[in-house]
Amino acid sequence: MGEFLFGRNWLPISEPPKFGIVPLVLGSIYVTVGAIVICVPVGVAAAMFIAEVAPNSLKHILKSLVEILASIPSVVLGFIGIVWLSPFLKNTFELPTGMCGLTGSLLLAFMALPTIISISEDALVSVPRTYKEAAFGLGATRWQTLWRIVLPSALSGIIAGVMLGIGRVIGETMVVMMVTGNSPVVPKSILRPLRTLTATIAGEMGETVSGSEHYFALFAVGLVLFIITFIINFIADSFLRRAKK
Amino acid sequence: MNAAKIHQKIAFFILGLVTLIVVIPILMIIFYIVKNSIGAINWEFITQAPRNGMREGGIFPAIVGTIVLVVGTMLFSLPLSVLSAIYLVEYAKDNFFTRLIKLSVVNLSGIPSIIYGLFGFTLFVLFLKLGTSILAGSLTLAIMSLPVIITATKEALESVPLSFREISLSLGATKWQTVRYCVLPYAIPGILTGTVLSLSRAAGETAPILFTVAAFYLPRLPRTVFDQVMALPYHLYVISTQVPNMPMKLSFATCFVLIALVFLMNLVSVILRAHFRKKKIW
Repeated sequence: MGEFLFGRNWLPISEPPKFGIVPLVLGSIYVTVGAIVICVPVGVAAAMFIAEVAPNSLKHILKSLVEILASIPSVVLGFIGIVWLSPFLKNTFELPTGMCGLTGSLLLAFMALPTIISISEDALVSVPRTYKEAAFGLGATRWQTLWRIVLPSALSGIIAGVMLGIGRVIGETMVVMMVTGNSPVVPKSILRPLRTLTATIAGEMGETVSGSEHYFALFAVGLVLFIITFIINFIADSFLRRAKK
Repeated sequence: MNAAKIHQKIAFFILGLVTLIVVIPILMIIFYIVKNSIGAINWEFITQAPRNGMREGGIFPAIVGTIVLVVGTMLFSLPLSVLSAIYLVEYAKDNFFTRLIKLSVVNLSGIPSIIYGLFGFTLFVLFLKLGTSILAGSLTLAIMSLPVIITATKEALESVPLSFREISLSLGATKWQTVRYCVLPYAIPGILTGTVLSLSRAAGETAPILFTVAAFYLPRLPRTVFDQVMALPYHLYVISTQVPNMPMKLSFATCFVLIALVFLMNLVSVILRAHFRKKKIW
């Protein structure tokens, strides 16, 4: 148990096998943190633009585009990552390989955007009109109203959207399996190949003998993943509830 | 122009710029896929089986496989979710047990798809001994779709006005007659929209079918529900990561067909929603 949670080596087919999930957890954390740093500010800003700034006709177009992004299957984005984004990053930053944490982070950020944008936008739109009218009445500009009145009032809903987006990022499998280089070592930086919890299950489950130690280790990885996403969803749900009141 | 107005201009400009950063890649990705696949999409590609280690020929078995899986998923998940949503909205009392069910439904929708794959593999493939089969894959995808369809159905039922139920009950109808003839018919549009949307998600999912149904290379059509099938998303994964010297244009064409299928299903749900909204009478 201790070796499973704190072991720094994941070597399932060596002799004797080692099942330490530290490299996998770190892989997941690197990729997720990278994605959050990108998608939270971008998503909230886009939601603010769609909810309060864009004229009606543009609003409809933008919302349909975000829905289109939400419906693109993850394996398609993984494919785009292989043929387009990873060679681009490799050449731009002169990396040894484009299959690294950063590629995964960028794609995952992109995948989490629809969740964050649509829930934040709902939260911004559902702020009572009277708040805004009161601010305008006092001579505030639209931007001052948006920044100081509407945004703080919608904060619970926005946090819920962000948490659900993070849940989606941590649980995403195909994209990270395809573009992060699949190497279960403790990653030195986000620019190196790494492997997440999800990609480990997806990559190794097909090859294990059922009932073996490896098989149960993969289930334990699944359990860790389940507990993490459960906690995130629970937080998101409690913020959603608060936003409704 | 005063300082506050200038601030506003700058702030709105930045917000617009960021939105552009979100929107442009979406358009670029779609344009890129369409541009690169346009030469490879033809009748042969859609109606033939793959040949020569998938480097030639078409993707017909994968298209059929995905359609079979979507239909199977619908057969299992639709009745189950509609019935449980009816129970939750119309019959269940607000007690601990009901709250537990509602909490589980909320949490089910946030579980990563790979966990569904793991669960389906143990329960259906190993424990119930269904093997890697259409049956096991459809059941796994169905469980994944349950929370989405239940939530959509609940919302649809809740949006039917309470007065419909009161009038029906006051005329002497039983509870079930009321639900069957006065509530359900008006909730159908919402249920259908939610179902089609969740099925379009199921069609594009790869992780849940990895160990439960997907075949690496199987250039024939399934005969029974215990057969394995190829599926579009898994096929795309395989040809883009596991097959060396894969001709790019075939990968792009597969990508295009998968996206087209998913968009088509989304379009159907949009049309359904618009169609029924026009007919809404209250």
